[in-house]
Amino acid sequence: MIDAARYQRLSGLIRKESLQIMRDPSSIAIAFVLPVVLLFLFGYGVSLDARNIPIGIVVEQPDAATQSLTGSFEQSDYFSPFYFQTIQQAEKALEKHKIDGIVWLKNDFARALFSKHDAVIAVRVNGVNSNQANLTLGYIRGTWLSWITHYAEAKGTELNMPIQLEHRVWFNPAVSSRLFLVPGVVAIIMTLIGTLLTALVVAREWDRGTMEALFVTPLRNVEFIAGKLIPYFILGMASLFLNFFLAIWLFKVPFEGSFWLLLLTGSLYMLVSLAVGLLISVMAKNQFVAGQIAIITGFLPAFILSGFIFDINSMPPAIQFITHIVPARYYVAILQTLFLAGDVWPVILANVAALLIMLVIFTRLVAKKTRKSLE
Amino acid sequence: MSFPVEVSDLSKSFKSGARSIQALENVNFKLSRGQVTGLIGPDGAGKTTLMRVLCGLFPIDTGEVKVLGLNATTDAEEVQSKVSYMPQRFGLYEDLSVQENLDLYADLKGLAVEKRAECYQTLMHLTGLAPFTDRLAGKLSGGMKQKLGLACALVVPPELLLLDEPTVGVDPVSRRELWEIVYQQVEETGMTVLLSTAYLDEAERCAEVILLHEGKVINQGSPEQFSEKLQGKTWLIESEQLTPRQLQLALSKRADVVDALIANEGVRVISGSTEVASIRKSFPSSIELKISAVTPIFEDAFISLLKKQGLHEVKTAIARHKEKTENANEVIIEVDNLQRRFGDFIAVNDVSFTVKRGEIFGLLGANGAGKSTTFRMLCGLLPLSAGELSVAGVDLRHAADQARQKVGYMAQKFSLYGNLSVIQNLRFYASAYGLFKEKQKERIEWAIEAFELGDYRQANAKELPLGYKQRLSFAVALMHEPDILFLDEPTSGVDPLARREFWARTNELAESGVTVLVTTHFMDEANYCDRLVIMASGTVLAQGTPLEMKKLAQSDSEVLPTMEEAFIYLIEQQGEDG
Repeated sequence: MIDAARYQRLSGLIRKESLQIMRDPSSIAIAFVLPVVLLFLFGYGVSLDARNIPIGIVVEQPDAATQSLTGSFEQSDYFSPFYFQTIQQAEKALEKHKIDGIVWLKNDFARALFSKHDAVIAVRVNGVNSNQANLTLGYIRGTWLSWITHYAEAKGTELNMPIQLEHRVWFNPAVSSRLFLVPGVVAIIMTLIGTLLTALVVAREWDRGTMEALFVTPLRNVEFIAGKLIPYFILGMASLFLNFFLAIWLFKVPFEGSFWLLLLTGSLYMLVSLAVGLLISVMAKNQFVAGQIAIITGFLPAFILSGFIFDINSMPPAIQFITHIVPARYYVAILQTLFLAGDVWPVILANVAALLIMLVIFTRLVAKKTRKSLE
Repeated sequence: MSFPVEVSDLSKSFKSGARSIQALENVNFKLSRGQVTGLIGPDGAGKTTLMRVLCGLFPIDTGEVKVLGLNATTDAEEVQSKVSYMPQRFGLYEDLSVQENLDLYADLKGLAVEKRAECYQTLMHLTGLAPFTDRLAGKLSGGMKQKLGLACALVVPPELLLLDEPTVGVDPVSRRELWEIVYQQVEETGMTVLLSTAYLDEAERCAEVILLHEGKVINQGSPEQFSEKLQGKTWLIESEQLTPRQLQLALSKRADVVDALIANEGVRVISGSTEVASIRKSFPSSIELKISAVTPIFEDAFISLLKKQGLHEVKTAIARHKEKTENANEVIIEVDNLQRRFGDFIAVNDVSFTVKRGEIFGLLGANGAGKSTTFRMLCGLLPLSAGELSVAGVDLRHAADQARQKVGYMAQKFSLYGNLSVIQNLRFYASAYGLFKEKQKERIEWAIEAFELGDYRQANAKELPLGYKQRLSFAVALMHEPDILFLDEPTSGVDPLARREFWARTNELAESGVTVLVTTHFMDEANYCDRLVIMASGTVLAQGTPLEMKKLAQSDSEVLPTMEEAFIYLIEQQGEDG
């Protein structure tokens, strides 16, 4: 009998919450429109890769070898080469930002090619944007190495290079930033639904005085929390599926892991961010403040400190330390692993453990703070 | 038989920053079963805090609160599942329909599914909401929201029903209907009702009244017991030679007069003793007074009880007497076929009136009647959709600063800077009005003296008691000695004593030739106006002097109806015509 009443209260609350979600354009926008926008933005708009870098090529004495080398620059996706007669002309173009780098094949190119000491090609890059400069330099070196390896093989001669580099990129052979940005977007969206949306809707109950009315009913604490969590959990998971589908189908992100693991870890992360959202809302009790706190403590860290865009290992140690309290960090790691590497158990288990600890801490806090009291 | 509610030695305080506010102090009372008890007190008296304590929503400092035999502090959940409570804003979900709101509360309160159809039908019939079950709660009028809130509280008839200011901001017709529903429920189910209100006239509808003031219970008893003590001390004084306002001004300054209030064409007076000869003698023999005894009402008791608590004496003499203009009949404000649309919605339609110099002109109506919209257009804050208006000969929206200098404006939500002190607020507004140096000093000193703000000079505006906030706002609006004063709901949420004070000051200003335009939803305040318009759903229902309004609604009987009765009559007339 008691259980029936309890079930009735819970289902009534869930029905009410679902109706409110369906009628509130902002919930739908955050769960289903924003993911699409973000995925498009990060999938198509934002790229951390360099493509079609304009470089200048100066060939002082054209022959078969230089032709072969410039050919491989032409064929590379990374470059769009421009030719200059003299190095001076090329340097002018570099100053005017028409090109980002110069490859200079001097007139002794053919002679120096297989010699032991002489520099064969000279490279200059515009160092203003250091990131871009490093990338350009790296790509030029890569193109050069692969060309000279092939060239030597074809000639049947041994290379006399001091050091031989062998490149091999794992997990993302094309080094496409899209492939690791898209899984990160999934984490961002789930943070938004779990933390921001939930914080706002609970705070709205305080703002509009409905919380008071709900409190003076047989409704129990646990039922209230469950009544809020379940609908938003479902909303978040629906959004996860949409994201997953878009990532695989539209952006052709490979999915190496197993689906059930995605589902399990997704649920876990959803619960963590819901708990954070509830905690914010019971403490703020005001939509505006709750929104601000949710963005500053939930959304922004998930964006900046989760390793989604900025590599955590290249952050200063103090900031690296802070990232440990950002739940999104663990989930981004899980997602990127599942998508690009597969079920790598050591990585997944460590991150799942971290999320579980956070879940326990946050739910304890929520239960402690959500008393049926207005003070 | 035990009492449904027993409160003993209850105290409760809140921390607000460094200060501690005593919300309830040593409160003791018992509620009798099966009747309606009114919890009456001005805003800030502690009514809502007490309601929430009874619901177990607030922990208490000391004392004991027993609700339906349970301890409200330790068994809060048990109490909460047994009582029904309607909070101030009705606790409705505005994005859910009438039916969905009802369903939610039926689920929460465990109403069996098979009983619902019948229960809903009764409730919908009772509240008259049957035609609107699919409408979103947010799109209901204030009166309908209130009834839906009540219906939700009554889905399962409780043993104890707690209603926190259910009638605030609701039009008189809906207020009357709400009382009917409550009484019907009490009779049918024998439930106990505790209802809080700031409207003193509602006290008379209660079987018993608990009077709360500044967190203390002043008295408890039936409304008759309250007013009995004033038997033989209440009078209606009329005079052919003096206007009610002049009469009131003279009477209110006397020490043997507890209270003087304009009512109809005379002044209602509570005297200190059953003897009125001294009052008669104090007027020159050339002035003829007609003094007749009237029956005391609850408000009389309320005022005299609170005045005995040693409350402030009204100090007037705030107006710097300007020479009365010779052309006293000069039209100052002219409004012609005013209209304002918001999209498809017509907020104000075809409103016309004129206001003469030195008049107090009232805009009366329930919330949402279009008063504030009309007001904003007059002040030049909102462009008109159609029609014409002029204030002191110009449309303020396009007028030069000079024209604006003639106008003082007191907004509904007192536009003070909460974290500036009283002095700083005054200084800021004085300079905003272009008063500097000696002139500024002089006006600030005037404001502090005339409004008795001396004790609060350095206090931050947000920490002032409500009545003082109102005084400060009023002072600010008068800094530059305007000729025309716009007062938007100046008395909303202010206790009856502060309201009297406010009107005493306004009267004096009008007597000195300042034109006052005022909006209010307190029907009894209409008596202070020289002329007024009654507005409902954006149109003017009637226009004239308070007496003319009441005569419109007078039936065959000799008794003149109150302003509220006149208002209800006019609204119902409109309903029948439409």
